[in-house]
This record gives sequence, C-alpha cells and structure tokens, in this order.
Amino acid sequence: MLRFVLSRLISLGLSLVVASLVIFTVIEVIPGDPAAFMLGLNAAPDTVAALREELGLSGSYLSRYLAWAFGMLTGDFGTSYTYRVPVADLVGARLWVSLPLTIYALILSTLIAVPVGVLAAARRGGPADFGIMGATQMGIAIPNFWFAMLLVLIFAVKLRWFGAGGFPGWDRGIWVSLKALTLPAVALALPQASILARVMRSSLIETLGQDYMRTARAKGLTQRQAVLGHALRNALIPVMTIIGLQFSFLLAGAIIIENVFFLPGLGRLIFQGITQRDLIVVESVVMLLVFAVILVTFLVDLAYAVIDPRLRRAT
Amino acid sequence: MRLPGQLILGAVLSALFIAAAILSLFWTPYAVEALEISNKLKPPGGGHWLGTDHFGRDILSMLMVGARTSIAVAVVAVGIGMAVGVPLGLLAAANRGSLLDEVVMRGNDLVFAFPSLVIAILITAVFGPSALNAILAIGIFNIPVFARVTRGGALSLWTLDYVLAARVAGKGKLRISLEHILSNIVNLLIVQGTIQFSLGILAEAGLSYVGLGAQPPLPSWGRMLADSQTLISLAPHIAIFPGLAIVLTVLGLNLMGDGMRDLLDPRLRRIR
Repeated sequence: MLRFVLSRLISLGLSLVVASLVIFTVIEVIPGDPAAFMLGLNAAPDTVAALREELGLSGSYLSRYLAWAFGMLTGDFGTSYTYRVPVADLVGARLWVSLPLTIYALILSTLIAVPVGVLAAARRGGPADFGIMGATQMGIAIPNFWFAMLLVLIFAVKLRWFGAGGFPGWDRGIWVSLKALTLPAVALALPQASILARVMRSSLIETLGQDYMRTARAKGLTQRQAVLGHALRNALIPVMTIIGLQFSFLLAGAIIIENVFFLPGLGRLIFQGITQRDLIVVESVVMLLVFAVILVTFLVDLAYAVIDPRLRRAT
Repeated sequence: MRLPGQLILGAVLSALFIAAAILSLFWTPYAVEALEISNKLKPPGGGHWLGTDHFGRDILSMLMVGARTSIAVAVVAVGIGMAVGVPLGLLAAANRGSLLDEVVMRGNDLVFAFPSLVIAILITAVFGPSALNAILAIGIFNIPVFARVTRGGALSLWTLDYVLAARVAGKGKLRISLEHILSNIVNLLIVQGTIQFSLGILAEAGLSYVGLGAQPPLPSWGRMLADSQTLISLAPHIAIFPGLAIVLTVLGLNLMGDGMRDLLDPRLRRIR
C-alpha cells in the first residue's frame, strides 16, 4: 500500500509540473511580451517597460517559470495588474464560493444518483426503470446554465422561494449562504446526477449477474441483503470513477453557472481577468482549477485502493 | 426498452436540426440582421412563429443560423479529436507497453486534467474570443477521448488470431493497424463520435454563453441565452426556445448514439 501511495504521489507531482509548464507557456511565452499584451496597442513604451519590470519579465523563461512555480508553492501568486492586490487574496475570497458550490453539487448529485440508479437496476425493465431512464436521458441533454435560468424563473421570479442571485457571504450565517447556493447547486447537480444514475444502474446490473451473488442468495441472504451487502460495494467502483471525473465538470460548470446567479466566485474573477487582459489572474486561477482536478484524480485513485485491495498492486 | 424506436427518434431529431442548419444557408423566414426595434420582444404567433428578441429579430431565423454555428463547431471539433486521437491510439496499441504507449497515455491523462472550459479560457486569454477558439478548445478536449477509445478497442483486437495470422504473414504493425484494426473499430468510433458531437454542442453553448465562443453578430444558441438572461422574467420565450433547441438536438444525438451502439454491438444489449 505504501508503494502504491508513493508511486501515485510521484505521478501527482509530475502531472502538476507538466500542467504548470503548459499553462506558463501559453500565458507567458506565446503572447511574446505579456506586458505589451496586457497594456494593449496604444501603450507608451515607458509604461510597458515599467510593467515589464514590475512583472519580473527580465529573466529567462526558465528562471521566470521557477520563480512563478515556487511562488505558488509558498502561496505567492503575484499581484493582479488591474486590482493592484495580491492574486492570492482575490482568489482566496472567491474560492470560498466556487469550491463549496462544487462540493454541494457533488454531494447532491451523488445523493440523488445512487438511490435512483439502484432503484432502476432493482426494477430493471419495469415502469420505474423506464421512467428513470427517460428522465436521465433528458437530464443529460439539458445545459446546466439553461436549467439554472429556468430555476430562477420558476423558484425566484414566480414563486419567490429563493433570491434570484447574489451571495451574502459566509459571515452572514451558514444557512443563508447555503440557501443562496441551493439553486445553483441543483442546476449543476441534476445533469450530472443523470449520468451518474445511469452508470450506477448498469454497473449494478452487471454485478447482479455475478456468481457470488448467486452464492449469497444460496447461503440464505434475502435479495435485499445480498444487494446491499455484496453487490453495491462492487458496483460502486465504476461509479467512483465517474464521481471523480464529475468533480472537474462540476467545477467548470460552477464557473459558468456563477454568471447566471451573479455569484462572486472564481468564474467572475477569471472572465473579468480575460476582458481586462489581467494575465496574472487568469494564469493563477487556471493553475488552481487544474490543480484541483489533478488532486481529485489522485484522491480517487487512493480511494479505489481502499475499496478494492486488488488494485493496490497496480503501478 | 431499447427498441430501434430510440434510434429512429434520435435520427429524426438530429436530421431536423441538421436540415434547419443547411436550410439557413439559403433561406430563413427573416434576415437575422434585420433589427426591428419597434417589434421587439413579441411573443410567439403572428408573423413570427417563435416571437422576436430584444432587437426585434426573428427568433426562428436566429435559431436556424445558430444551429449552423453549433453544428459546425461540434463537427470540426470531433474531426480534430479523431484526426489526432485515432492515430495516437492505434500507435499506442500497436506498441503496447512501450515508451510511446506510456507517453501517449500520460499525455492523455494530462489533457483530461484540462476541462474544455479551461482550455478555452487559456486560448481566449491570449488570442481573444472567437468561434474558432471554441472549436480548438473542444477539439483538443476530444483528442484524449478518441485516443483512449481507439487504444482500448485496438488492444483487444491485437490478441485475436486473425491479427496473429497477419503478423505471421509478414505484415508490419502499421499495415495491420490500418488494414485490420481500424476497420474493426469503426463502429466504436462512430458511436463515440456521435457522443462527442452532442457533448460538443453542449460545450459550444456553454462557451458562447460566457462569451468565449461565437461573437456577435454571428448568432449562436449560447449567446442567445446570454442575451435573454436579464429579460427572462419579461419575455420568457426568448430564453426558452434556444434552450429547447439545444436540449432536443443533444437528446436526438444521444438517442441516436445509444441506438447505434445497440445495433452495432448486440453484446451490450444484455447489460443495458
């Protein structure tokens, strides 16, 4: 197990290095002179020179990359060009909107999908299964931001159960904040739950046909005991892969959906960064997003090994 | 429950939107550039079947041209994914366990860490927003998907007797890959292509919704939704129709993909 964790850790580190190199190259090498790019066409040469100095663009690419990478390791993301404050402060405040939203949606999606998928598998071929498969087929096809707009129209504009958007801040109380994140989380979760429920269903159906299930029934377990005690645990392995993959979809989705609800999250920050050509903000937020995705993949790999000891031997 | 009916429904829905996109090249009920402010936010009915938007443009015409944008972006993105991903997957499978295989698979994992939105953000930050950048972002995202499917399909074929026979007969790895492997995974690729096509339409809508895709005046479904956002309580129809267009197109493609998979691979029918 220790060797397994170590080998995963090494590949985690390698992925991060390569990903950061790619991001650095796209943002800082391809535009040529980032300072001139950020200031636009009409900038005076001495302004560009001053910004170049401020951004530390004088060194070679390698030394700049190393300075950037080690800065991030110590929590120094550089200074935003437009806001004139450390990017770490900007990101820190907004991360506490985007990350809780993503996790909220992930939990909702899992809580909905697993029971629904199990039900469909248990009632395979019946009307419940047919209904669930039809509903999930619809759910997959719905763009989450459009679904979000419909939720606003119904639950905020017509029924007035929720606010149409905005975020009060965690210091105003957990429940108020969670309520503000509920419609966005539902909008994010339902399309992903549709995918997850389908995976859960087909995985469980496959497991139900295994020999050990017949053995479990033969030794006197009821179908219910056999499913919950033996089949579910095995059927959950592919489901976990998808949950891991969904984290990155939900995070990306959260960034889009923040627009619908006017949430002050990473999405707002990054899109403002793009329009204002604040490359430092864009670079840092993108690195953070990719880091989150790589980290979750790593955690899912570890979780596999805990659930299924057979996988621990794999490289 | 998996009747060919699913395939037919999917094909009909998909064909409908492809036909609308092609028709829009020659004819739309109104010109999409025709602004008629006096006629703005008209509900469906009268001269405008689906109503008009906040500039008085005909929504049906906008949807038809938007279908063209969506379909073009998604098709080219699938093309990019296949053109790069399939050869990589074939190469990796032919040299299983080699350094090349390892590099291709690790490269795949790396691209998987960049959701298409993040790729689009990177590209847009440097080159500015455009439909072309949306195509690139979705296309790059598609590459590892096709590489993985190709490699997976090819690996199981390499163990079969007829491939062994071809090797004994003196055919090289490249020739076997092209003559025997590729022709036998075409089914897989068509099905995956349909799925990526529908995902591409969703991704394009998302990108143009946040302003990273097609730019005005080029109509696109995502942009129409972005424009409608502040007016949704005033005139819900301008938000509902573009969304429905996305849902029905994606639904059609998904149904068609599932239907084809069942048809082409009867073994899967038992599981599903």
